[in-house]
Amino acid sequence: MNRFAALFTALDQTTRTTLKVAALADYLSAAPEPDRLWTIALLSGRRPKRTVTTTLLRKWAAERAGIPLWLFEESYSIVGDLAETIALILPPPSQASDLPLTHWITVIRGLSALGEPARNQAILLAWDQLGTTQRFVFNKLITGGFRMGVSRKLMTRALSQSTGIDESDLAHRLMGDWAPDTTTFQALVLAPDPTADLSRPYPYYLAYQLDDGPDGLGDPAEWSAEWKWDGIRGQLIVRQGQFHLWSRGEELITDRFPEFARAADHLPDGTVLDGEILGWRDERPLPFSDLQKRIGRKTVPKKLLADAPVILRAYDLLEHGGEDIRAQPFASRRAALQAILAQVPPEAPLRLSPEIDFDTWEGLRALRETSRERQAEGVMLKRRDSPYRDGRKKGDWWKWKVDPLTIDAVMIYAQQGHGRRANLFTDFTFAVRDGEALVPFTKAYSGLTDAEFNRITAWVRKNTLERYGPVRQVRPEHVFEIAFEGIQKSPRHKSGVALRFPRMSRWRHDKSVDQANTLDDLKAMLEAWG
Amino acid sequence: MTDDVLICTDRGLYCPGGDFFIDPWRPVDRALITHGHADHARPGHGSYLATPAAAPVMRHRLGDITLATIAYGEVRRIGDVSVSFHPAGHVPGSAQIRVEQAGQVWVVSGDYKIEPDGFCEPFEPVPCHAFITECTFGLPIFTWQPQAVVAEQVNQWWAANAAEGRASILGAYALGKAQRLLSVLDPEIGPILTHGAVENTNEILRAQGLILPDTIRVTPETNPKDHPGALVLATPSALGTPWARRFGAASDGFASGWMALRGVRRRRAADRGFVMSDHADWPGLNTAIRATGAERVLVTHGYTTVFRRWLEDQGYNAQIVQTDFTGESLDEEDPE
Repeated sequence: MNRFAALFTALDQTTRTTLKVAALADYLSAAPEPDRLWTIALLSGRRPKRTVTTTLLRKWAAERAGIPLWLFEESYSIVGDLAETIALILPPPSQASDLPLTHWITVIRGLSALGEPARNQAILLAWDQLGTTQRFVFNKLITGGFRMGVSRKLMTRALSQSTGIDESDLAHRLMGDWAPDTTTFQALVLAPDPTADLSRPYPYYLAYQLDDGPDGLGDPAEWSAEWKWDGIRGQLIVRQGQFHLWSRGEELITDRFPEFARAADHLPDGTVLDGEILGWRDERPLPFSDLQKRIGRKTVPKKLLADAPVILRAYDLLEHGGEDIRAQPFASRRAALQAILAQVPPEAPLRLSPEIDFDTWEGLRALRETSRERQAEGVMLKRRDSPYRDGRKKGDWWKWKVDPLTIDAVMIYAQQGHGRRANLFTDFTFAVRDGEALVPFTKAYSGLTDAEFNRITAWVRKNTLERYGPVRQVRPEHVFEIAFEGIQKSPRHKSGVALRFPRMSRWRHDKSVDQANTLDDLKAMLEAWG
Repeated sequence: MTDDVLICTDRGLYCPGGDFFIDPWRPVDRALITHGHADHARPGHGSYLATPAAAPVMRHRLGDITLATIAYGEVRRIGDVSVSFHPAGHVPGSAQIRVEQAGQVWVVSGDYKIEPDGFCEPFEPVPCHAFITECTFGLPIFTWQPQAVVAEQVNQWWAANAAEGRASILGAYALGKAQRLLSVLDPEIGPILTHGAVENTNEILRAQGLILPDTIRVTPETNPKDHPGALVLATPSALGTPWARRFGAASDGFASGWMALRGVRRRRAADRGFVMSDHADWPGLNTAIRATGAERVLVTHGYTTVFRRWLEDQGYNAQIVQTDFTGESLDEEDPE
C-alpha cells in the first residue's frame, strides 16, 4: 500500500498534467500486476462494493480515537471528507506493514461475509497497520468516491507510456464490462482477445463547445449539422443475437431500457449505434425530467414504461457487419446508418437523427435560434470526411449550443464542498424576490473561479446569520447571474420550478438585492420555455 | 462573578484589580502584550509591557511606543495584583501572562505550543485556578508530527528541487515560523534567499542574539541565476505573485497547521503543504490545560464552541471568551 499511497500523494501534490502522467506511468510499470489492474479499475470508476456503512465507520473511528461521536461529527464538518476525517482522528498505527493494494481490497471485500463484531475487528486491525495517507486511501476504498485528480484520458496516456501500446487501442481495451476479478492485466491490457467481450462498447467521441461560432470552420458544404438532443448519450450493441445498451458514463443500462429488445430484433448482427436516448411521445422528445425517472431505476415497472417511453436517436454507426468502421468518413458511416434504419419498422424505438438542411453559416445560425422550440439544446456540427475519434478531440465534431437562459438571483444559503473543495463554500442556494420575501428556487455549485470561491468563502464566514447543521444562512447581499439550459414545472420545489444544469455564470457585483429578478420573472420563463 | 480577576470587554481582556488590559484590540491606557504578532500587539495604546525578547519586533512594527519590559518569571505588582510573564513557546519572546489577586491565579495563554522547537523559549505550564486558552486547532483532527519529521520533509523537498535545477519557494509567516524553518533548514543543500519582510524580522532577531543561518535578501537587483538550487523563504502572500515569478519554474510550498487538511492544501494550489504550526495541536491543548490544574477554562479564538463542549464533557467549568484575535487564520494567511 505504500507504493499506492505514494502514487496518491504524488498525484495529489501537483496540478501539472505531465507530472501526474509521469508518476502514474512509473507506478504502472513497477507495481505488481494485480495492483496495476486495480489501479486502472479505480481510475476508470470501478470500485469494490461497499461492505461497511459509513455510520459504523464513524462510530468505530470515534471509539478508537476515544472521542464522543458528536465531536467526530464536528470534525467531519470541518474536514469535509469522511475518509480523511477518520485518517486524521485515529491514533498513530502501532504496527508497521506494507501489504499490496490488492491485499487491502481483498480485506474490504471479505468483510461482507463477516458479522459486525468481526468486521469491526478487521477494520480496527487495518487502521492500526496503516499510516495516515494509507489509511485515507483505505477508507476511500471503502466509502467510494475515489478521485485521484487523474481523468480517464490521462490514465490511458500513462498506461500507454508504460506499455508502449497506442492510446486509442488502450482506450478501447479498457471499455466495457470487465472487473479485476474477471480478468488480468495481461488479458485486459497486454494481450486482449477481441472476441472475449461481446458487450464491449467503443470509446465515445466527444465534441467541444464551439464558442466563437462556425465562421472559422471553412466551407459549410464540408459539414453536416444535426440537432443536439438533450438525453443520455448511449451505444446500442447487437452482436450474436444479444443486445447491450451502454451509457456515456460506461454503465451497462440494458435492463433499465427493455424496450430496446424490439430495436435489436430489427438490427443485423454486428451493429453498434451511437446516439441519444430520449423520452419520446407522439414523435416528439419528452422533457428530460421524464427520462430522469427512468435513469435511477434498475428495473422498470409497466406504468413507468408507459409514462416515459424512450427511443434511441441514432446519429452514428461504429460497427457494421461485425466490422469496426470508425476509420471510415462520417458521410459513409451515416449512409450505412441510414440504410440500416430504413429497414427498421416505426414501432421499434429507433429514429435517425435528421440532418439539418443548410447552405450558409448565417442560415444555420438562424435555424439554431429555433432549437428550444424543437426541444433541442443547439446544433451539432460534424465534418463529413472525419473518422470517429475517441475521447474529446478538437476539430471534427463541435457542439454549438444555444445561449443559456439566465436569471439574476440572490444567494441565501451556503454550504462547504467536499473533497478537493472541502473548507471552501461552494454549494449555494439562490432565491428570487417575491415582494419582500426571498423564494429559493435553485442550487448551484459551479461557474466561479477559484479566486471567487476563496472570496465568497471568506465573506460567508463573516456574514453567517444562522446555522442549520452544515448549512449557513447568509446575509442576502450578493447577486449572481444563474445560467441554465432548461426550466420545468416541479411540484417538489417551493418555487414550483426545476432548472436544468444551473450554474453561476457571473457574480453581479454591480447589482444589489433589489435589482435581482422576481418570482414573476421566473414564472414568465416557465411559461415561455417550460 | 465579581471576584473574577480578568473580565472580557469590548476592548479586550481587562484586569480591574490592576487597571490594565491584556492584548487589547482597541486603544487603552495600559496594555500587557503576550507577543508581537499584529493581532495581539496593536497600535495606539498609552503604554506597553512585554518581555525583552518580544520588545524589538514590537518597536519595529509599532514605531515610537512607550514600552517597558519584564523578564520571564519576574513578579511585578500592578495595583492590587501581581503579574508575571512565562514562556509560551509560540515565537521568540512570547509569553503567558499570570495574574494573581487575593490568592486567585489566572493565566492568559496568548498563543502557544508545547513542543520545544529548539528555537524559542519552551512552553512552561503555570498552575492556576482559571486558564484562558487559545484553541486555534482545537479539534481532534489536528495532531502534529514531531518537528524533526517535518524538517526532514522540507529538506528533502528542497534537495529534490535543487537537484532538478528548480528554486524552492517556501511561504511562512515572517515572524516566528520563518525563523523556526531557518533553524531547521540544511544550509548544505543550497543558498537561502529571503523576502524583505522575512529578512527585516531576521535582522531584528539576530540583533537580539538569536542564531540564524546566513540568508540573502531578495532585492529588485537579485538575479535568480546567481543562486542555483536556492530556497526562497517568503511571506505566504508573496506566493504566486510577480515577485515569486522571477524565480521561474519554481516549486512552491507552504508551512502551516492548516496544511493538515487536504482541501486547504489543494486550495492553496502550492505544490507542497508542510504541516507545521506555532500553535498547540489537540493533544497539546489538552496536555497544557491539564498541567495548569485549573478548574475553570476560558476558551478563545478557534473552534471555541466545540472545544468548550469537549472541556465540559471532561468536567471543566468552561466558557467562551470573545476576542478579536486571528492567529493562524484559515482565511488570511499573514498576520504580519
